[in-house]
Amino acid sequence: MRPFKTLQKLYDEESQVVITEKGSPPRALFYGEGFLQEDLPVGTRVIFPRPPLAGVPNVKAAIRWAINHPEGMEPLHALLKPGMRLTCVIDDISVPLPPMVTPDVRQSILEVVLELAADSGVDDIHLVIANALHRRMTEAEMRRMVGQKIYDAFYPDRYYNHDAEDPDGIVALERTSHGEEVSVNRRVAESDLIIYVNVNFVPMNGGHKSMGTGVSNYASLRHHHNPKTIRESDSYMEPKASALYRSNERIGKNIDKHLKVFHIETSLNNRMFGAPTDFLAKKEEDYTEGDRLKFQAMRYALSKMPRAMARKVLSAVPAPYDVTGVYAGATEPAHQKTLETSWKQYVVPVEGQSDIVIFPIPFISPYSVNSILNPLLVQVMGLGYFYNLNRGVPLVKKGGVLILLHPAYDEFDPEHHPSYIEFFNRLLPETRDSMKLEHKYEKEFAENPSYVHLYRKGNAYHGVHPFYMWYWGENGRQHVGKVIVAGAENNHVPALMGWDRTDTLTEAIEEARGFMGRSATISLLRIAPTVMVDVK
Amino acid sequence: MPAKAAFFDVDGTLVKTNVVHVYAYYAMNRGSVLGIAGRTLSTAVSVPLFGVMDVLDRKTFNEFFYRYYAGLSEDRLVTIAQDMFEDVLQPALFEQSQDLIDQARRSGCKVVLVTGALDFTMRPLARHLGVDDMIANKMQFVGGKATGKVIPPIIEGANKANAIRAYCVKEGLALDQCHGYSDSASDYAMLAVVGRPTAVNPDMRLRSIARAYNWPILDLK
Repeated sequence: MRPFKTLQKLYDEESQVVITEKGSPPRALFYGEGFLQEDLPVGTRVIFPRPPLAGVPNVKAAIRWAINHPEGMEPLHALLKPGMRLTCVIDDISVPLPPMVTPDVRQSILEVVLELAADSGVDDIHLVIANALHRRMTEAEMRRMVGQKIYDAFYPDRYYNHDAEDPDGIVALERTSHGEEVSVNRRVAESDLIIYVNVNFVPMNGGHKSMGTGVSNYASLRHHHNPKTIRESDSYMEPKASALYRSNERIGKNIDKHLKVFHIETSLNNRMFGAPTDFLAKKEEDYTEGDRLKFQAMRYALSKMPRAMARKVLSAVPAPYDVTGVYAGATEPAHQKTLETSWKQYVVPVEGQSDIVIFPIPFISPYSVNSILNPLLVQVMGLGYFYNLNRGVPLVKKGGVLILLHPAYDEFDPEHHPSYIEFFNRLLPETRDSMKLEHKYEKEFAENPSYVHLYRKGNAYHGVHPFYMWYWGENGRQHVGKVIVAGAENNHVPALMGWDRTDTLTEAIEEARGFMGRSATISLLRIAPTVMVDVK
Repeated sequence: MPAKAAFFDVDGTLVKTNVVHVYAYYAMNRGSVLGIAGRTLSTAVSVPLFGVMDVLDRKTFNEFFYRYYAGLSEDRLVTIAQDMFEDVLQPALFEQSQDLIDQARRSGCKVVLVTGALDFTMRPLARHLGVDDMIANKMQFVGGKATGKVIPPIIEGANKANAIRAYCVKEGLALDQCHGYSDSASDYAMLAVVGRPTAVNPDMRLRSIARAYNWPILDLK
């Protein structure tokens, strides 16, 4: 360990951007289910997440205030009528990450809303999870999300997962002006009032995407979950720069025209780590001796565990997120408020792009809660999510190099990701071209009876989902000149992905410099917690 | 898109029975008190033998087993097929079997049962499930009585694969686009010959094969 005197603060404490100097401490970096401790070259720009915003002091009071003072709609109590048919649509387990400590904010919202509905004489209430083509949540996950009391009262007949493949469970609404099909869960479509219970983890969530995607089906989703739309989206996180958002907006406006939807959106801060691991959110310059010891102990222990056990250990620690805002009412004005709070938490302004950008890839993704971050999900985290954590201008220059830190192991979860296995082993050896994959194989996977069955009756992602994961990385793939996965434990996964591999981060930086030139600029997005860049 | 089919094994895949149950039903409905007693007794005595043979070799099992039909009248067999379906097969159907078959049809597949059972025993089930076609064993009848011999080739093991291949050629189906569903490692050939195999409630050997070849595994309930 370095002498303490060299660990003096060589940075502006207020800034979330630190330029690495000779005496800078090594960085604590996520590496799948483990951590790396790496020295970075002098001059490397390290972009840290903002500190967590203060949460609202009383979440339920904030919820009550929001539903009594909604944006662009009457207060909720004025919309509730005795004998009406009410459906609460709820965001699924893909957000937030990791799952938050109980009570989940969705539980808090439902406790307020269901009490109000009961007082208003509304008995016909269903709770539908907006899982779209995501896997069905398990009973235990459903119980955790809404609490025992609501679970006991509603599960299973009135609290269930949306089924996008139920031939009798989907209603087609009028197409959009662009010819996009608009399909909605039948119970939702036949309700007098829909209350959408949202958790806004990143700016991509919420708004028109909630209803437009969450309770829809493949026929509708394919109009925007495709390579063309993705290529036309400069960032998924910035509505103005996202063709994906615009398509969802057209679909969502159609839904709003036909159905009465009252949105309750919530924004969270980025307090991702609880007391035992809260040092992970700090700049390494701010680590105490205790933090350094804890980090070393954790890194050592995780490195000695079987991977499945390390995953269990890491997943067992829920995130103590605070609710920073609750906004209710019509889709657009409520979501606009949410976006403002979300950006305030996540956005760090930075000067200019970099030639080389390093993304540490953690153990979790929206699609692998209680599961394995398989190679396609590593891809979507690096080239999809992290690459898009910007407001329209990516952190890496066109033709630059992305370095991902992950073991890139060849492991899949056959219960959650069965079609991913076939996609990875059968399709990727043939082509990595998204357009060709879409044209030649997407429909086949989407309609494969085995995958449909596993989606409907098991806990599997829909057969088409690996295609969406691949498309999600399309922007990143088109933009960067090279991807290097540092610390990959095999050759074939990076080879199938079209990536280079190195044993260490140092070698990866050397290779990237060989590609971009010795004077290449380097940035590290020191994630997690979540951070978004606003490149000036 | 080329025409395709979904080939479903029946015993253990769509229903929780095997041919022993079917035969036992016929034995119990022999038509005379002595006949019932005789056949039930001999079936009961043979059950452990059936079990061992089924595990070791399905082909030998089937050939051995069908000898027990010898002497039963064609009329009788066909007449009680519907009763047998209602009493034995229908209660044993997995609840999700119909969903899976419907989904196969929605995805554009012709639905075909491929079974080592005898065709007359499977017809009511085929009608109930609404399948399009059936590849099954055919009993030889002489003078209206079953001989206990099956008209070759016996549909089992590797022959199921041959039968599926021949069926695809005859019907103009793209074999590599076809789906296959079975529960048993004895149907490995049938699963290997189609482009989209799936193990359904697989035995230990098939589960291991399915994991090795990355075939989807369904647990029908």
